[in-house]
Amino acid sequence: MIRFKNVSKKLGNLQVLKDTNLDIHEGQVTTLIGKSGEGKSVLLKHIIGLMTPDSGQILFRGRALSEMNRRERRDLKKRFSYMFQNNALFDSMTVFENISLPLKEGQHMKEAEIADRVHQKMAQLDLSDIDGKYPSQLSGGMKKRVALARALVTDPEIVLFDEPTTGLDPIRKNAVHSMISDYQRRFRFTAVVVSHEIPDIFYISQRIAMLQDGAIIFQGTPEEIQKSRDPQIQQFIRGLEARHDNLTGISPQTQGIKRFREAMARLQRHDVTFSVIIFTVENIDEINEKAGHLFGQTILKNFATELQRSLRITDSCSRFGLNKIMAVLPNTDGNGAQMTCAKLARQTRIQEILQEASQPGFCLSVTAGFAEVKKETSLEEVLKTAQSSQNALCEFRIC
Amino acid sequence: MASHPGILGSPISALGRTVIVMNRELGRVVIFFLKGLILIFSFPFQFSRIIRQIYFIGMKSIFVICLTAAFTGMVLGLQGYYSLVKFGSEGLLGAAVALSLIRELGPVMTAIMIIGRAGSAIAAEIGIMRISEQIDALETMDISPIRFLVSPRIAAAVISFPLLTALFDVVGIGGGYLTGSGLLGISPGIYFSRVESSVLMQDITGGFIKSIVFAVVVATICCYQGYYTHLRTKGFGAEGVSFSTTSAVVISSVLILITDYVLTSFLL
Repeated sequence: MIRFKNVSKKLGNLQVLKDTNLDIHEGQVTTLIGKSGEGKSVLLKHIIGLMTPDSGQILFRGRALSEMNRRERRDLKKRFSYMFQNNALFDSMTVFENISLPLKEGQHMKEAEIADRVHQKMAQLDLSDIDGKYPSQLSGGMKKRVALARALVTDPEIVLFDEPTTGLDPIRKNAVHSMISDYQRRFRFTAVVVSHEIPDIFYISQRIAMLQDGAIIFQGTPEEIQKSRDPQIQQFIRGLEARHDNLTGISPQTQGIKRFREAMARLQRHDVTFSVIIFTVENIDEINEKAGHLFGQTILKNFATELQRSLRITDSCSRFGLNKIMAVLPNTDGNGAQMTCAKLARQTRIQEILQEASQPGFCLSVTAGFAEVKKETSLEEVLKTAQSSQNALCEFRIC
Repeated sequence: MASHPGILGSPISALGRTVIVMNRELGRVVIFFLKGLILIFSFPFQFSRIIRQIYFIGMKSIFVICLTAAFTGMVLGLQGYYSLVKFGSEGLLGAAVALSLIRELGPVMTAIMIIGRAGSAIAAEIGIMRISEQIDALETMDISPIRFLVSPRIAAAVISFPLLTALFDVVGIGGGYLTGSGLLGISPGIYFSRVESSVLMQDITGGFIKSIVFAVVVATICCYQGYYTHLRTKGFGAEGVSFSTTSAVVISSVLILITDYVLTSFLL
C-alpha cells in the first residue's frame, strides 16, 4: 500500500534516513522498532506529508506522493490519521472540542451528527463525562485515549501511531495495544506503529520493521524477527525484553520459547515427557466492548495470576498473545493436563478474577488446547496442534 | 559546513548575506500575510473564531486602552496648556489635544498597548502550539493552520484596532478636558468648540487608515513569530517561544513607529 523507495532525509547536519526501503501492507499493523533518535518518527512524518524526502520516493498504491497535485494530496491526507507521541491535544480546547475538530473542519456534518459520533467514540474509549474538561485536567492515560479518539473519529483508512504508549502504566499500555488491535480488526484500517514495547507489540503486529542507522535492516513477521540470527536485531530485542511481562506478571513469549527448548532438551536426553497447554480468553472482545479495554486487560492480568497459582512449581507459564497464555508442564500427559484444567475451572470464581464482590454481568469464557510433545517436534507444530479443534482440552466459563 | 569569513574578514559579502536573509524573511512575511488575508474569506466562514479573537484582542483591551488614553490626554492637557499659555493662546488647547490624539498618538499608542497586551500573547500561544506539535496535528487533520490560527487574528485585529483607536481618541480628549478645564480653568465651551472646529474628516480618516495598517502589521508579525518558532536558529523549545515573543513585541513596536512616519508623510 505504501512503499518507501531509497528515501533519504537530512535534518541540519544529521543524515536521519539513508536510502530507506519499506513496504507497508494494506489492512495490517506494521510496527517500526529501533533505538531512540534513529528517525522512526521522521519516517512516520514522511508518510503523512509533514516532511518531504530529500531524495527517493514514497509511493501510495503505486503512485509517487511527489507526483500528486495539491488536490490529490489533500484527498489522500483525509484518509490518514496521526496520533502524536506527546498527544498534541489542543490545550485551549475541551476534550469534546478536541475530538470533534477533525469532523467540524474537514467533513460537512451536522452538529448533532458530530456530537453523536464524538460521544460514541468517547464511550468506546471509556471517556464518558469528561466532555467539558481541558487536557491539562486529565491524567496521562486519559490524554492518550483522547488523542486516540481524535485519531479514530474520522474512521481513517491509515492510522499512524507515534509511540502511543509512552508514559503509561503496564495495564494501560496493554489496554492501548488492545484498543489498536481491536479497532484495527473492526475497522480494517492500516496501522503503522512506532513502538519500543517489546514483546507486547509483537502480539498485535502482523509486520515488524527495524530501523537502524537510517536504514531498514529488517522487515518481516514478528515470528521472523524473533528467529533472526542478526546479532544487532537480537541485541536490540533482548535488550528491551523484560524478564517478566509487565501486564500479566508472568514471563513474556520469548521466555516461554526458552522454557519449551529446555523441556525439549530434557525430553531428548532423559526422556522426560512434557505437554503444552494454550489457554485462550475467548470473549476478550466482548469484555472490552462491555467494560472497556482497561477492564479487559485487568481481567487478563488477574486470570494469569490465578492460573499461575493453580499450576505446580515445576510448570512454567508465559504470555503467548494478546489473550493467550502458554503453559509448559513437565511430566504431564493428557490426563494430567485434563485434571489441571478441570481444577482451574472448578476453583476459579469471577469475583476472584475481578477482585470485587459484585457480579459484572458477564462471564469469562476460557478454552484450553493441549499438545503432548514428542521428540523432534518443532514449537510451531506443537502450538498448531494445541490450538486445533481436535485437541481442545476443556472449555469453561468463570462466572 | 561552509564557514563564512565574518563581517571583519569580508564586509561586502557579510552585507550581501544580511540583505539576502532580510529579503527572504520579508518575502516570507508577505506571503504569510497574503495567505492569512485570502483565507479569511474562504468557506466555511470562521465567524465564531473571529468573534472570539475580537473579544480577546479588542474587548479585553478596553480597560488598558481607556486608562492609557485618559492619562495621555491629561498629560497632553497639562503640557499643552503650559506651552500655549506662553503665547497667550491657551484657548487652542482643545485643538492641540484632539489633533495630536486623532492624527498620531491615538493610533500609535493603541497599537503599542495592544502589542503589549495581546500581541505578545498571540506569539506565545502560537509558538507553544508549534513546539508542542499542535500545528502539525492541524496539518495531519488537513486543517490549514494559517486559516485556523492566523486569519481570524488578522480579521479581528483589523476590526478591533480602529474601534479601540476611536475609543482612545475620545477618552484622551476627555482626559485633556479634565486637566484643561477641571484643573487649569479653560472654559469647557471653548475647549470643545476648538476640538470641533479644528478636527477635519481627513484627520479622522487618516487616523483610521493608520490604525488599520498597524492592525495588519501587529497581527502578521506576532502570528509569524510564533508560527515559525521552530525555525529559529537560536533557542529551542520554551526558550525559542520566549525569543519569539520578545521578537514579536520588539519588531512590531519598531515597525509601528517606522510605518507611522511613512504613512504620516503620505497623508499630510
